Amino acid sequence: MLGLTEADVSAFWVTLKLAAVGTVILIILAAPLAWWLAHTRWKGKVIVETLVAMPLVMPPTVMGFYLLLWLGPNGWLGGMLESLGARHLAFTFTGIVLGSMFFSLPFVVQPLQNAFSAAGARALEVAMTLRASPWDRFFTVILPLSRRGFLSAFVLSFAHTFGEFGMILMIGGNIPGETKVASIAIYDHVETMNYSAAHALSLVLVGSSFCLLMLIYVLNRRFKVVGAL
Amino acid sequence: MSVKLAFEVTRTGFCLNTQLELPSQGVTALFGRSGSGKTTLLRCIAGLERHKGYLSFRDQCWQDDQQELFVPTYQRALGYVFQEASLFPHLRVSGNLEYGFKRVPPPLRHIQPDEVIQLLSLGPLLKRYPDQLSGGQRQRVSLGRAILTSPELLLMDEPLASLDAASKEEILPFLEGLRDELKIPIIYVSHAIDEVIRLADHLVLLQEGKVTAQGPLQALLTARELPFIRTESASTVLQAEVQRPHAGDELTEVCVEGQSLFIARQSVERGRKLRVRIMARDVALSLSPLEDTSFLNCLTVQLLDIQPGLIPSQRLVRLQLGQQILVSRVSSRSATRLNLHSGQMLYALIKGVALT
Repeated sequence: MLGLTEADVSAFWVTLKLAAVGTVILIILAAPLAWWLAHTRWKGKVIVETLVAMPLVMPPTVMGFYLLLWLGPNGWLGGMLESLGARHLAFTFTGIVLGSMFFSLPFVVQPLQNAFSAAGARALEVAMTLRASPWDRFFTVILPLSRRGFLSAFVLSFAHTFGEFGMILMIGGNIPGETKVASIAIYDHVETMNYSAAHALSLVLVGSSFCLLMLIYVLNRRFKVVGAL
Repeated sequence: MSVKLAFEVTRTGFCLNTQLELPSQGVTALFGRSGSGKTTLLRCIAGLERHKGYLSFRDQCWQDDQQELFVPTYQRALGYVFQEASLFPHLRVSGNLEYGFKRVPPPLRHIQPDEVIQLLSLGPLLKRYPDQLSGGQRQRVSLGRAILTSPELLLMDEPLASLDAASKEEILPFLEGLRDELKIPIIYVSHAIDEVIRLADHLVLLQEGKVTAQGPLQALLTARELPFIRTESASTVLQAEVQRPHAGDELTEVCVEGQSLFIARQSVERGRKLRVRIMARDVALSLSPLEDTSFLNCLTVQLLDIQPGLIPSQRLVRLQLGQQILVSRVSSRSATRLNLHSGQMLYALIKGVALT
């Protein structure tokens, strides 16, 4: 396919799977946090906001290093899993999913938090006076009013994971079919002076990123017309 | 009494402490300056804010701190109209109208969408999105949306305050229509006395979180201890009954306490009860019935008392008209010259009568 080797195709699929799985789980878990940040009046929330933003400024290798320690056989999480009879998470797909979720946290929390704030307390109050129960309000008011926020969160997290390199190399290593993602495969090709293979895989990444972003912009434009206040 | 409440709110720079019983019919206006606590009180009634207190509506208790009872807003049979229309931007007008309607169990739906659409002239707007509506249209939709939950109590928080004068005039007749068509109590928050005079039957005066006076609109407007009679737009509201809808010359004759009053022609049937507003500055006094003036209306009244006016050169004369009170603003000089005194029989010459 497009001059890609089987190993390259597999690396591309690992990348896609990682971005999709990580993003979906992250959005589900981060939404309540974003909701809380958007509505709390607690003064200490700035600490939480700072922590959430940390991955923006930290070098991926630093994060990767700490996560490796944490997920590995002697780490807090890895050790606990081992003692329960399970395997630790260093150099596994689950491990890089967890890592990418930490890494993309600000890209999901911030757009969602903004969307929830913008959807406004007023819309919720109105729904309350119109007999809508809390879950009803969430699905019929909050979700539709913040769908652009969800869309942004999805794209940013997906795209960010799609191109991640350093952290995945640190905690995932380079196991074909498991943790070897496209960006690492390209790096390998360049290392071995196989420029034509690097070109092919890079081109696939460029093309798929373009298609993804365009799809988002088209969707976003449709939402804009409907959702404009 | 339908609404019984007691609330205590303490916030920095603000304190509300009220105990009230509100009538079960008609429009009750919560009137006061901004910061007097009227919106907070309304939000407490709706359950949008929770503060220490007690609240019951008819036989339902909505909040009782002693029993740790607090019925959440969505389980209270009320409608709420906010100052800004606050329509859901992602729903068309029809979707906004149906939002509350769909959530009311069918047996409790007393009002159908078609009625509301007709009452508020919403037909041509149904397919539009909120951002394609004018301010007045939006507020009409939000009124309709609230009414379609078939509320047993309708709360309105300055629904006209964010509108321009033209949109206000557009909405007011609809509000009056609602007041007359729906047989439910309405609590109306406002700081605009003109709106209150047009809409309210009952008035509650709030000042810095405390109720300073309450009673029927008519009584409060003419009460000598309240500020209303000493304002530029001091006026009285009289209860009238239509006598002859077509009294010639484009006039309608109404009857107030057995006396005739002519107003601009209205398309109403005989026997219909109306409220007319007469400004104190439009009432002149005479010791004898004058035939050769341009005053259209002349009522026989008895002088009740004379109050100081807004400025020293003016006097406010309260006049008894059967069971009702009329106020006239005259110059101090005229008061002296005519030797006005309590108990005196006088002729009140009235220049303008407005329907409310």
